[in-house]
Formats: sequence, C-alpha cells, structure tokens
Amino acid sequence: MDREELKALAQVELDQQQRFRCRILCCMSTPCISSGATAVFEALQDAIKGGQLDAEVEAVATGCMGPCSRGPLVTVKTEGEEDVIYEHVTADLAMDILDKHARKASVPSLDRVVLPRDIPFFSKQVKIVLADSGVVDPERLESYVARGGYTALANALREMTPEEVCEEISKSGIRGRGGAGYPSGLKWHMVRKAPGERKYVVANGDEGDPGAYMDRTLMESDPHRVLEGMAIAGYAVGAEQGYVYVRGEYPLAAKRLEKAIRQAERKGLLGNRILESPFNFRIDIRMGAGAFVCGEETALMQSIMGRRGQPVPRPPYPAHKGLWGGPTLINNVETFGNIAAIIGRGAEWYASYGTEKSKGTKIFALAGKVVNTGLIEVPIGITLREIVYEIGGGIPGNKAFKAAQTGGPSGGCIPADYLDVPIDYESLARLGSIMGSGGLIVMDETSCMPDVAKFFMEFCMDESCGKCGPCRGGTVQMHRILSKITDGCATMDDLKKLEELCLMVKETSLCGLGQTSPNPIYSTLRYFRAEYEAHIKDHHCPAGVCTFPRKGELTFNKVA
Amino acid sequence: MTTRQNGKVRLATAWFGGCAGCHMSLLDIDERIIDLVKLVEVVYTPIADIKKFPEDVDVTLVEGSVANSDHVREARDIRKKSKIVIAFGDCAVTGNVPALRNRLQVDKILEEVYGGGPGKPPSTEEQYAEVVPVLLSKVIPLHQIIPVDIFLPGCPPDPERIWTALTALLQGGPVALPPEMRSFG
Amino acid sequence: MPVVTLTINDKLVSAQSDKTVLEAARDAGFEIPTLCHLEGLTPRGGCRLCLVEVEGVPRLLASCVTQVQEGMVVRTETERLHNYRKMMVELLLAERNHVCAVCVMNGHCELQSLAAKLGVDHVRYDYLCPDLPVDASHERNTRDPNRCILCARCIRVCDEVEGAHCLDMMGRGIHCNIITGMNQEWGKARSCTACGKCVQVCPTGALFKKGSSVAEMEKQREFLIWILDGRDKKVWHWSR
Repeated sequence: MDREELKALAQVELDQQQRFRCRILCCMSTPCISSGATAVFEALQDAIKGGQLDAEVEAVATGCMGPCSRGPLVTVKTEGEEDVIYEHVTADLAMDILDKHARKASVPSLDRVVLPRDIPFFSKQVKIVLADSGVVDPERLESYVARGGYTALANALREMTPEEVCEEISKSGIRGRGGAGYPSGLKWHMVRKAPGERKYVVANGDEGDPGAYMDRTLMESDPHRVLEGMAIAGYAVGAEQGYVYVRGEYPLAAKRLEKAIRQAERKGLLGNRILESPFNFRIDIRMGAGAFVCGEETALMQSIMGRRGQPVPRPPYPAHKGLWGGPTLINNVETFGNIAAIIGRGAEWYASYGTEKSKGTKIFALAGKVVNTGLIEVPIGITLREIVYEIGGGIPGNKAFKAAQTGGPSGGCIPADYLDVPIDYESLARLGSIMGSGGLIVMDETSCMPDVAKFFMEFCMDESCGKCGPCRGGTVQMHRILSKITDGCATMDDLKKLEELCLMVKETSLCGLGQTSPNPIYSTLRYFRAEYEAHIKDHHCPAGVCTFPRKGELTFNKVA
Repeated sequence: MTTRQNGKVRLATAWFGGCAGCHMSLLDIDERIIDLVKLVEVVYTPIADIKKFPEDVDVTLVEGSVANSDHVREARDIRKKSKIVIAFGDCAVTGNVPALRNRLQVDKILEEVYGGGPGKPPSTEEQYAEVVPVLLSKVIPLHQIIPVDIFLPGCPPDPERIWTALTALLQGGPVALPPEMRSFG
Repeated sequence: MPVVTLTINDKLVSAQSDKTVLEAARDAGFEIPTLCHLEGLTPRGGCRLCLVEVEGVPRLLASCVTQVQEGMVVRTETERLHNYRKMMVELLLAERNHVCAVCVMNGHCELQSLAAKLGVDHVRYDYLCPDLPVDASHERNTRDPNRCILCARCIRVCDEVEGAHCLDMMGRGIHCNIITGMNQEWGKARSCTACGKCVQVCPTGALFKKGSSVAEMEKQREFLIWILDGRDKKVWHWSR
C-alpha cells in the first residue's frame, strides 16, 4: 500500500459510513463492558436487524467516551442532527433508541438517560490523544484510516528525514507521559545518535497505579494510534523492532492490539517496506505478569528479554544500552499516542497547548470523591479547581474538598490551598507531588491522611521487587509505623523514625519505585502533620476513619 | 560518676528471659571482681536474694529478653528507678534465642509443652498475670519497652567486653566499644 | 586501557577507565562496605551499602556499578552515608531471623562483622520474625533462609561460574526467597551439581555444609578467583 492507496481506503470507508442515516456508537471498553455494554450492543444489533434497518442504521463498537462511571454509554450520530449521548443504557432501551433516532418517534422515557453535551465535563476537555476514542471502531483498521490515521506515518516516511522527525518532536515540547516528564525529543535524538546495529522501540503499557487506566483506554479504544506513533518513532530512531509491553491484567487491550497489528501488517502499514518505502518495522506484544515494578523501564526490559522483572542500576540508560544491549527508546503508550498528531498537524500547533515548559495535553483518570469520575484529557496548565469543580462536577454531598492525590503511590497530595495552581510537571513537583502517569484521586473531608499514606505504602510494600534492601525492608517498616499510628499505639519517637526511614529509602533505593515510595508520607506530613499528631497524642482521627484497635497497647500478649 | 557517701556506685542487675549466661560472664571477670566491688555497691541482683528493686539506682544491667508480663512490669520499674539502663547481652539487645519462638503462636507453644501432660496449660488471659506471668505474643528486645542507654551485645558478652564497658562507665566516660567488642553473637 | 584520575576522599587516585569506583577506592586503600558484591561475579547493585557521594550528581551512586570518570570527586565516608549504611544493616537484621548466637557462621559472618564495624549495637526497627522452613534435603549442604540477606551471590555463582543455574529467586518484596531447581527441594533438584560454590560465596550462614555446628563454618572465597583467572586469563594458581 502506498500513500494514494491509503487515501483511497479512507475514502471507501467514509463513503460507506455516509450510507448510514444513523450511526449508533456503543462504548465497548472495559468500564462499560463491566457495566453491561456487551448486552446493549447485541440488543442494538438485534433491534436493527429485527427492524430491517440494516441499510440505514449502523451499530458500531467503539472505545471509551469519557464519563466511565455513567456507563454503558451510547452516542447516536444522526445526519443533520446534533450528537446525543446516553448514559446508563440498558439492553431494553435499544428499541427505544432506534424508535427515536431511526424512526423519529417520540420516546420521552429516553430523556432521563440523556447526558447533556454542553456540560463542562465535555467542553473543558481538549482531545488530542483521545480524539478518536469513542468514535472509531478499535477492531477495524479502516475506521482509524477514515479519520486520517496513518497519514502522519506516510508523510513522515515520504517527506521527512529521521533527523527532522526527531526535531519536530523536540520542537513540540512534548514530555514523557509516563510520569517523570523527560523531554521526549531529547530521548529520541539520543537513541537516534546512539551507536548500535539493532535498535528497539518499546511502548510502556504496564500501567499499575491504583485508579489509573489511561493507557488501558488508549490501547483498547485506539490501538492503531499507538502503533502509528511507534512506527514513526522506529523510523526516527532507526529501529526495526518494537514491543508493546501490556500489563497482564489488560487482556482486552492486548487482544485489540494484537488484532490491530495483524491488520496493519496485512495492509503494509507495519512489517517490511512500510507504505512502499524502504522502512521495515515490526511490532510484537509482550504481556506482563502482574508486577508493578515492571513499569520501571529497566525492569520492563528485563521482562521483555525473558528475565526476572527487576530493575538494574542506571547508567547505562536504555537509550544507550537497552534490550539485548541495543539502544532502546522507551516511551509511555500515551506519549506514542501524541506522536501522530504532532507529525500530522505540526509541532507549532501542538505547542500551542499547555504551559511554557509543559506542552500539549494530559489524560487523567479522575476518581474518588467527585461527581463525574472517568477519563479526561485536558491541556497541561489547567488548574485543579477546574478539574475537580468544573469537569468533575464538584464533590458529592456538598462535602469539603480536602486533597487530591496525583501520581499514584509515587505521588503526593495537593491540599485545598493549592486548588488554583496550574497543573504541570514543575508546579506539581514544587508541591511535593508528581504528574505521574495520570491518576487523580479526589479526597473529601472523610479521608484520613495517615490512612491514605498507609494505603499507598501497603501498595509499595507489596509491589517492591525485593532486589534492594532499603525498599524491601524499608517499605515494610514504614508500613508498620503507619499501622501503629492508625491503630493508636505509636509514639512521637515512631514518627521521627518514620521520617528518617522516608529519607533513607528515598535516597538509597535502587529504582524509582523505592525512591518515590515515601512521597505519599512526605506530602501528607507536609500538609497534614497535625492529623498525624492527633492520631499519636490524642488517639483521635479528625476524619473519623481510624478506630484505634490497639490503643494504649504495649502490655501483655498484645505486644506486636 | 557518684556523689554517694560511701563513694560507691549503686549497681543492680536484673534477669529476664535469658539463660543467666551473661551473669556468669560478669562473674568471669576473675580477680577484677574485687576491684569492681571496691567501686560499686550491688543493691539488687538475682545472685543475691533481694525481693524488691530498690529506689535510686545508678546503673542497672538487664540480662534477657522481654518475654512475659512480669518482664514488662519490671522493666518499667527499673527504668523509673535507674539512672542508666544497660541492655546486657544479646537477649536484651535483640531477643536472641528466646525470640526464636516468635514465629510460633503462644497458645500452640503452651499446648505443645504442657498440653500433653497432666493438668491444663497456663492461661494467656491477662487477669491471671498476677499469679503466673503471661507470655507475650512476641519476645522483644528491651529497648522496645523502655528507653535503653547502653547496649552491650554478645552471647554472652565476654568478660573483657563487660569490664571495658563497666570501667569506662564507672570512670564517668562514654562507653565506646571497639568494633570487635560490639558484635552480636 | 586509558587511565583516568579522580579524587576519592580528597586523595588523587588513578585508575584504569574500565574500573568501577569501588575497585578504584579499594585499590587506593579506602574501605567501602559491600554485601552483594563479590569479586568475580557480575555486579548487582542491590545491597546499596557501597553507595557513595559524587560531586555534581544529586543521587547517591552504588560504587560497584559506577565506572570511574576523569575528574570525578567521590566521597565514600560521610556522616550521611554512615547513617544510611547503619540503617540498611538494621533493616537486614530485622527482616529475617538472624540469631548469631546459634549460627554456624558466628564469628565468620560478613553481616555480623559489618554490623559491628558500622556500630550497629541494636536494631531500632521491629523484628519481622518470618516463619521460613529450612531445606536440609541436600546430601552435603543445607539452606536456611532465616539467615539469608538475598544478596544473590549464590544465584550468580551457580549461573555464571558453575553454569548450572540451579538457584534462583522467587517471590517479591519481603517475600523474596532463594529457591533451588524451580522451587523443588534442594535434594531433588537435578540441576544441582553439588559443587558447593554457592555455600562458599554465601556471606552469612544461609548456606552451609552439613554437619557444621555453631561457629564452625568458615568459607573460602579464593576459589572464585582461581577459577576465573584460569578460565579468562589462563593463569593457573597451582600452588596455594
């Protein structure tokens, strides 16, 4: 296939879509499936067939539409009308939807499940990576191509040198979306220049932060976008082999990626002589086996190579010596999701979003005590207040906002005083948190901060790989002290010991997991120290969460 | 370090969950024990039959781990009445051999030891603690119950080690043992 | 091999450019404590005891895996490093059942002597007291995970020198454990050649010869250098 044929393919698909008067898009990503989307989709298909509307109405299984807690979600696109989104759709509503949109009947019962489209949840978002999510059918290549998919790859192969591609990425100002925010352009240049016969491109889809599912959604909803980004990266850095490392708990993402790879290979968009150019690029999937630490790049590479998923000391960095000793470009799945847009629409356009130092958009998984939970894509630099109170729709029950946890177990809490700080890599770091991969958990006055810290520490303790002593033993000891605090048998001396341990584990651990594991303690201590002291000195939990089962203990057989 | 009328330091030794080997090692300082007696007045020790831990003690050597409810109570009493508390030997410092039982459950141990024979195994209820001390669920080192000033590891700490520490202490200096004198075991 | 000059603890030191900071420092007479490192095995960077401060680098670096560089300014003994090392040893002592008094390696153990050297006279953290079964099924050797510090020397020597790869690591975090023959009993692990190299490189009493009693086990490490010198450099240490 060459560029012309790609265009023709897109046109065929567009023509086909226009034959339908009405297209019913049904979200078939994991959150909606878990609330019953499969039955809805089947009911819609049956209703179309039963009503002999096959020629006019089409039901499409798409990816995520955003407000996941309101699933199953269905979007109806009718010729000459505004799109309508329905929430909490059940199978018995399928016929009603058809009646209303295909047969133009009045169905008042549907009104209560209409999700207004002019709410800030939609209007405040800027969708670059998720532009096609919820629109295209992730299991059909043509669907993506019709939206302009793979043209960026075609243009890059035809019109740009690898150097220029790297330069374009640099100019866009995009930074790694996995958490650390390393400028992607720099990394690409580094891998391109690194000497080595065989180079590799790796997409990190081992997303493990509690509450975060950006990568899963992207892989499930728009797998071709990730593949296109990786292929462009392969061309730019001179790699012929790519790997998508998919978290073991994401079977649907792996299935759709697998299908996408096969489709792209069949069309000559991956494999040998891509789009009739001399460029060859293959992509394989590697599944994780449930270890959080495999999201750390060196551990991830060990896992790809079939070894025990444990980090190894850096340097050498993967960009110089990665998979099988070859220079390796590792980026997050979401980073690769940005690439086609940057190459397709230009670095300047991309850089018009975001702040001075952090460009573009970021996907967040909004969770916790907010009205609208779900997946959002916002320009970097938006304030936390906009996310929580406008997009999120505020806190249920009119409770007071207490803090937002960003960055998962490696991140920290941002208290109410900083609701108006623009969210970018630097400002979050100043507040003692990190951007992280994009988990954003909102907490209200009923959340106890030592308890929150304990939750994250338990996570780190369970997920420590055990290679280095400070993380292996330190996380356990930190968790023990936090448990003593919430159980009511800690002393102020324990708090001091906890702070010492935090610093030691942070400064001496081998990899990022250990180095950042004390962050939740640091940030809660920084903003909520009084809460810790109330637990220790008065056995009082201001949020009313802790019950102090071991209060005053230290005698007889209850001694731990 | 003393301002007492007889010019002697009031020394006590206590024996918790341990084998008394540390006390043996203390006696093993040979003829130097005569020098020691010139410097100290032994006001409480398991070797002599003194019933009650006295007030106003300068230095207390505590041998053994904290393994039962009596040890907890005594340790707190000792801390209240002593200026300097020394964790004397590995059991007091780390839990050591008595702590080997920590991986097992107390009830199971009692059942295993006493259950097979006549009579009932001792109760682990707190209310009986005044009659027979109740075993703690975990054997713990002394410093997890009370603040400890000086640690004297070793199983037992050999006489040289004890002598070095005691003389340094009695001369009013800090106790700084060389590396070879502060190893466990 | 080009030679670089670096500063270690205010002393100018020359070293071949492929050396690690640890090697350069030891050659220059500075002691850096290590547990997972053993000359002759690939470095691991896991025990974190050999961390050093390098000027201009915000993080602490594990000297066993950091190569020397021209003009590097290294500090191996600062108060901060000393405190961290103490804490690390305390964490190791707290996570398993290290009872020196009844250990075959009492008096010869690297962990024990390191604790003494660093001034660890008590452990500030809770002992975790795990319940770990001893594997005495092998005809010659015994594995006692209660004394293991997970340095993985045994795994590396079995894989890299003996070539058997009978030993490996299982589990994660605090539940890590050394296993033999894909988690079979050691005596049933057919990949074990009974060479005993793992026993000799083990820094503690986690691996020991059967029949040794308290304090009786002493380990010989020279064999590793003899083998590697013979294999790689064709230098044979015929006489001892």
